[in-house]
Amino acid sequence: MIRDITLGQYYPVDSVLHRMDPRTKLFGTMVFIISLFFAGSLAAYGVATVFLIFVIRLSRVPFGFMVRGLKAILFLLLISVSFNLFLTPGTEVFRLGFLKITWEGLRLAGFMALRLIYLVIGSTVMTLTTTPNQLTDGMERSLGFLKRVRVPVHEISMMMSIALRFIPILVEETDKIMKAQMARGADFESGNLIQKAKNMVPLLVPLFISAFRRATDLAMAMEARCYHGGDGRTKMKPLQYERRDYVGYLVCAGYLAAVVLLG
Amino acid sequence: MSIRADHLCHLYGEGTAFEQYALKDVSFEIGDGEFVGLIGHTGSGKSTLIQHLNGLLQASSGKIYYNGEDIDGDGYDRRNLRSRVGLVFQYPEHQLFEVDVLSDVCFGPKNQGLSREEAEVRAREALTLVGLEERFWDKSPFELSGGQKRRVAIAGVLAMQPEVLILDEPTAGLDPRGRDEILDEIAALHKDRGMTIVLVSHSMEDIARYADRILVMNHGEKRFDGPPREVFAHYRELEEMGLAAPQITYVVHKLREHGISIPEDITTVEEARDAILELLRPERAKASGRQTWGKAGSGE
Repeated sequence: MIRDITLGQYYPVDSVLHRMDPRTKLFGTMVFIISLFFAGSLAAYGVATVFLIFVIRLSRVPFGFMVRGLKAILFLLLISVSFNLFLTPGTEVFRLGFLKITWEGLRLAGFMALRLIYLVIGSTVMTLTTTPNQLTDGMERSLGFLKRVRVPVHEISMMMSIALRFIPILVEETDKIMKAQMARGADFESGNLIQKAKNMVPLLVPLFISAFRRATDLAMAMEARCYHGGDGRTKMKPLQYERRDYVGYLVCAGYLAAVVLLG
Repeated sequence: MSIRADHLCHLYGEGTAFEQYALKDVSFEIGDGEFVGLIGHTGSGKSTLIQHLNGLLQASSGKIYYNGEDIDGDGYDRRNLRSRVGLVFQYPEHQLFEVDVLSDVCFGPKNQGLSREEAEVRAREALTLVGLEERFWDKSPFELSGGQKRRVAIAGVLAMQPEVLILDEPTAGLDPRGRDEILDEIAALHKDRGMTIVLVSHSMEDIARYADRILVMNHGEKRFDGPPREVFAHYRELEEMGLAAPQITYVVHKLREHGISIPEDITTVEEARDAILELLRPERAKASGRQTWGKAGSGE
């Protein structure tokens, strides 16, 4: 039912991309996102497409998984495309009543759609090839310099990894409670909006209670193992750059330069 | 009245890298008024199987018939099926949500379209059946102890007055006394009301004591199906699946290895006691002429 959420779902295969340091992948994703905002010509989008396909092939994750995340932004995509399509002034191509489509509109809508789709696919590639723990590890290390200005980097990244870790658990829990209430005749599908919201109570109350219970259990388990925050804490697997990471940085930098040059 | 599974298969994550058979070609029929024990190692497909029986999960292939009707057929009223085949999930207390016990138990009957008054009559009846004292009925379900919560949750399904009751590990995490009480209440439902029961359990002792038939699942397949004494006779195969026979079965087998002619298909402590007492009768002991009996007798 709610299993379509791909963001934050790791796909376990062995590939260069999977083995890469999370910092490199974070950097790469950032570069890719930035590049999409620089790209304004077909040539630049062409380079972005080639890069994306190259990375997807490298990840060895089936293409179907990449596109799954698009479902979530379908609505947003439709709105932004139609706004751009109909509301951009310029040379007219087609007219239907008060709606008119212009060359500029077509161009803008097309680029906007591509940009959104690539944005989602690009970040999905990262989350599919990086476990949530690696990801927050990478962030903690990359943002370590902020500690000097008293930003609690470790605490934030710990909170993030716990939150990410709990998403699948809560999804599963929701599924279970939903089924249990359906076994008692609950109906989550029919009815109007207010009726539907009311029908959610038997699902949400147990879900919240279980989330709080899990949270206290986890806090207890962490304290029992002497967790006391980030100071002086060592890692079992410290992040370390390998040759593939340097290659990765080079490829990303080269790609960014190409897109910026092509405009 | 019966549930019939016909070549049931269930595939998880179809078309992905995680594709896996949860159920593989499972067929059986559960008749009216049977008490069936369902056992299997964690991940053997038990929970998946029972969720098919009330239409919560749909089979990838194969069919389920309830009273001869295909439950995945067009126009089959699955909500109605769910009130006839009651399913109590594992840790059912996690699904409680109402402000007081009585309202929570009323949730099921009210979903069946009953009025508040009628639902309350059913709820009171169900709460009495599970043996929860009346003074708890207007308390918040979250104030109760674990065992009491479990009873409320079971009552929540019973109040729908199902014809078949399926329970997934109803005693997990309870103390021995709470466990025995709940199992005795379930046994009473079977005996007094003729309710069909499917009990999923890890405890071979419980299964041996209450069930008249055992289904054994392993890696999504049905491995054994028969009365307890027949199934537990395969205790070596059961062990290979990470299961075991009741401990008394092992005692009996050990006794037989030592040359004592006790019947080997014993599955409960009571049966074993009777069989041993029978063997210890003085006239039989004399007839068999064995000295060891006297020693064993003093231990009894």
